[in-house]
Amino acid sequence: MEANTQMAQAGREKMIDIIGLNKWYGPLHVLKNIDLTVRRGERIVIAGPSGSGKSTLIRCINRLEDFTEGSVIVDGTDLAKTTRRLDLVRRNVGMVFQHFNLFPHLTILENCTVAQRWVLGTNRAKAAEIAMHYLERVKIPDQASKYPGQISGGQQQRVAIARSLCMAPKVMLFDEPTSALDPEMIKEVLDTMVDLARDGMTMICVTHEMGFAREVADRVVFMDRGEIVEQNDPISFFRNPREERTRNFLSRIL
Amino acid sequence: MYQWDFTFLFKYSSLIASGIVVTLAFTIATIVAGALLGLIIGMARLNCGRFISGIIVFFVEIFRCTPPLVQLVWFYYALPVLMQVEISGISAAFIVLTLYVASFYAEIFRGGILSIDRGQWEAARMLGMRYWPMMLTIILPQAIKRMIPPFMNQSVIQLKTTSLVSTIAVPDLLYNGMLITAETYRPLEVYTCIAIVYLALLFPATRIAERLENKLKVGH
Repeated sequence: MEANTQMAQAGREKMIDIIGLNKWYGPLHVLKNIDLTVRRGERIVIAGPSGSGKSTLIRCINRLEDFTEGSVIVDGTDLAKTTRRLDLVRRNVGMVFQHFNLFPHLTILENCTVAQRWVLGTNRAKAAEIAMHYLERVKIPDQASKYPGQISGGQQQRVAIARSLCMAPKVMLFDEPTSALDPEMIKEVLDTMVDLARDGMTMICVTHEMGFAREVADRVVFMDRGEIVEQNDPISFFRNPREERTRNFLSRIL
Repeated sequence: MYQWDFTFLFKYSSLIASGIVVTLAFTIATIVAGALLGLIIGMARLNCGRFISGIIVFFVEIFRCTPPLVQLVWFYYALPVLMQVEISGISAAFIVLTLYVASFYAEIFRGGILSIDRGQWEAARMLGMRYWPMMLTIILPQAIKRMIPPFMNQSVIQLKTTSLVSTIAVPDLLYNGMLITAETYRPLEVYTCIAIVYLALLFPATRIAERLENKLKVGH
């Protein structure tokens, strides 16, 4: 069974291909020879201690972060060679931030329509229709006319997910989406992410929620000090971590 | 005890009125021109490389760090000699007051834009927005709210700064007051009256500014 799914994965096209990625902040070597391939529909969880480069790595995938060496190929486009029209790559890569980063001066609905209108040129009515569709999916259509400051953190994060989905991205990146949330709001956001995973979205999640990793991840990638220490399917990863550093990390958080 | 007598001022009401017109005209003209120039300078500093940015900073700091009176006198007396052109008092006054206020506005605009949280820029970029759509729909609407209070403050100062043009014989409110004083030898009444006119012009403006500020605090 396990082997079958892995074979199926291998047959699928590469969505993201990271080859020999290196990044220095001055003398600090924050990403070391990262190789990572994510196929269409795959769900990856990246775990690791803080400061291990997880966020930096996924921020390289939509070039919010520059890198020093290597290639990041997103759906066939090599970001190392793309300097002019990064926006064309970015519209295909959704991202959810730790601190939501909703636009506070726009209503929930406008948060979901502004990029559709300005980036995709969708007309007002169609953009609103798409926005309402995704707001329903994240179960907050009734808040559409409110402003971000008027809803809870969990609701804001779900809006942030809907905002990204409105652009019909091919990949969704999650950068510690539940770390800034009160405990009682974590579940509603995770449930939304689980739903999304069930629908076949290609996802890369940096998270400390190991329950989520067990439930939806096809693969768990463990990073420490800027390098990928090991990666495996969640069952093997949690049951039989191969590396000492992984075992240390797991013993601290589980 | 000094005997106050303001009645003679009625004879000079047209001179005072024309002074008010000149003062207001200079204020409004230099605020509008200064805001446009300040916007260009501010955006240029945000978007240009270090070299061009450095040149801009050099000129901005000249205008921010020297007294406007010195600038005015220099432009009126020194520049014509150097360039061998004649500049009227009105042109010199307009140029100097515009450049002066623009140098402050530029910093207000730049600071307002830079004060917007990095997450807002990242979210806009993440959605695939290019520079100008992002500026127009995400960054500027938020930044302008933060710019308004210092902008209003600088504009209030600007109205008062226009009184310096009297030193190069531009017939503004203060200059006309000086004319009236020369004719009547009653500086106490004249300058009291001039002060009250400035107060009457600016007090409503500061009230409006404050109300606007409070309104922005409540809104989103």
